Amino acid sequence: MKTIYILWLREIKRYLRSKSRIIGSLGQPLLFLLALGYGLGSVFAKAGEGNYFEFLAPGIIGMSIIFTAIFSGIQMIWDRQFGFLKETLVAPVNRLNIMIGRTLGGATVATMQGLLVLILVTIFGFRPYNWALVPVVILFMLLVALLFAALGAAIASLLDDMQGFQLIMNFLVMPLFFLSGALFPLDGLPAVLAGIVKFDPLSYGIDSFRILLVNNGSFGLGTDFAVLAVVTAVFLGLGSYFFSKIQI
Amino acid sequence: MDNIIEVQHLVKKFGDFTAVDDISFDVKKGEIFAFLGPNGAGKSTTIKMLTTILNPTGGDIKLNGHDAKNDADAVRRSFGIVFQDPSLDDDLTALENMDLHGVLYGVPRKIRKERIEQLLSFVELWDRRDSQVKEFSGGMKRRLEIARGLLHHPAVLFLDEPTLGLDPQTRNHMWSYLQDLNEKEGVTVFFTTHYMEEAERIAQRIAIIDHGKIVASGTAAELKSRTKTNSLEDAFLKLTGTVIRDEDASTTDKMRAHGRMWRGGRR
Ligand SMILES: Nc1ncnc2c1ncn2[C@@H]1O[C@H](COP(=O)(O)OP(=O)(O)O)[C@@H](O)[C@H]1O
Ligand SMILES: [Mg+2]
Repeated sequence: MKTIYILWLREIKRYLRSKSRIIGSLGQPLLFLLALGYGLGSVFAKAGEGNYFEFLAPGIIGMSIIFTAIFSGIQMIWDRQFGFLKETLVAPVNRLNIMIGRTLGGATVATMQGLLVLILVTIFGFRPYNWALVPVVILFMLLVALLFAALGAAIASLLDDMQGFQLIMNFLVMPLFFLSGALFPLDGLPAVLAGIVKFDPLSYGIDSFRILLVNNGSFGLGTDFAVLAVVTAVFLGLGSYFFSKIQI
Repeated sequence: MDNIIEVQHLVKKFGDFTAVDDISFDVKKGEIFAFLGPNGAGKSTTIKMLTTILNPTGGDIKLNGHDAKNDADAVRRSFGIVFQDPSLDDDLTALENMDLHGVLYGVPRKIRKERIEQLLSFVELWDRRDSQVKEFSGGMKRRLEIARGLLHHPAVLFLDEPTLGLDPQTRNHMWSYLQDLNEKEGVTVFFTTHYMEEAERIAQRIAIIDHGKIVASGTAAELKSRTKTNSLEDAFLKLTGTVIRDEDASTTDKMRAHGRMWRGGRR
């Protein structure tokens, strides 16, 4: 328990200390929100889909969560490079707990980042249709964050240097984001794309945000929860397994 | 007396290269044991295998009665280590690094607080306890690593070139602290060094390792009498001399490398 807590705390401290990381990772969602939200708004409305800004906001929250979560998982590569990883690997504690502490920390950080984006979109005029559901959204945000933090950590356990990092960002995170329905509605997609979207766990996360924030979803909250929970459990299991096999 | 470390036919290969070449040795409980050898001899690789963060290519390791392969968790509960390479979290402060270590190693809060203050004062970092480690110089980081390694009192303490980059005062301080720990709490100390005099002065038993092989082991006196020499340095040169002649690489290069090292060059 203490192990989990102290490693969780470490992630939080590191996050709060890197002001540039907090600010920097708000820039990208803001850009997407303004450029796409306002740029495509009229096209979206003409197509009879309603208010694009409102549609996009949950997607952008999902975007900031997946980026922050995977990044914090992947940060383990830095820990390996700069040596701190050794310190935890030789400690007389269960490696599963180390993994859980790190991942919970990364997930908490990503959830905070998601909340910041929620506040940001509210400043630009976004209104959840029912404020009472916001705590539930936060729980779903945490679940999505946990899923991708675990995925990041699992991948990082397999990489021993930074070179893989850019590859992951370009060939994993970007596709996960663009193919998730964060930017476009899921109904009426070409069959192939619709199929791919169903294999992207982020789709279910963003769907749940959309259901809870703007009452407009595709899969249903129960399905979203089930898929997210199962995939999270699988990634945590995989991550712990790979982590326990790390050699320096 | 019981052996707290038992190593048999330990081998580590990196591709074609054999870094540790079939070594066997024992360390007795409560002993101060030194691994003495030039850079690249395979000291750190051996320590990594003993401390479960690197899998051997072959051979067996028993530490405190536990098998390193099958019971790594039990092995990890038995030792502490100061690595040769940095292993601090640069974003945390000195105090936070110490505290995190104390929690990971289950040092009770009260003892943790006391010892952290004592150890940080002892390496002259108490005044800087709230600075992030990234602001520290190389020497300060090294001192912090040492202090952190001494925070808990395990059955075996591994120190991989602990004195590298330390000033003489801290070095002396550290050794007297360790000898005290060894006497009072029976902590077995296993350290590596490439400084002759350090091995001779501190260690009760020495194993000389070169090119991944243990070329001789025993007390400093035994090593000297076996080679009929007056200093450990001469003993070493005599022992490793044969190895050099067996190698196909240029003998003079190796000699030069040895010479550099014994004059106290680093890395
Ligand atoms: N991960 C690795 N991959 C390839 N070679 C390695 C690796 N680690 C160590 N070596 C090599 O093994 C040899 C022994 O290294 P090491 O154990 O660090 O020596 P020492 O600690 O005695 O100075 C060196 O030649 C080193 O280059
Ligand atoms: Mg070494």
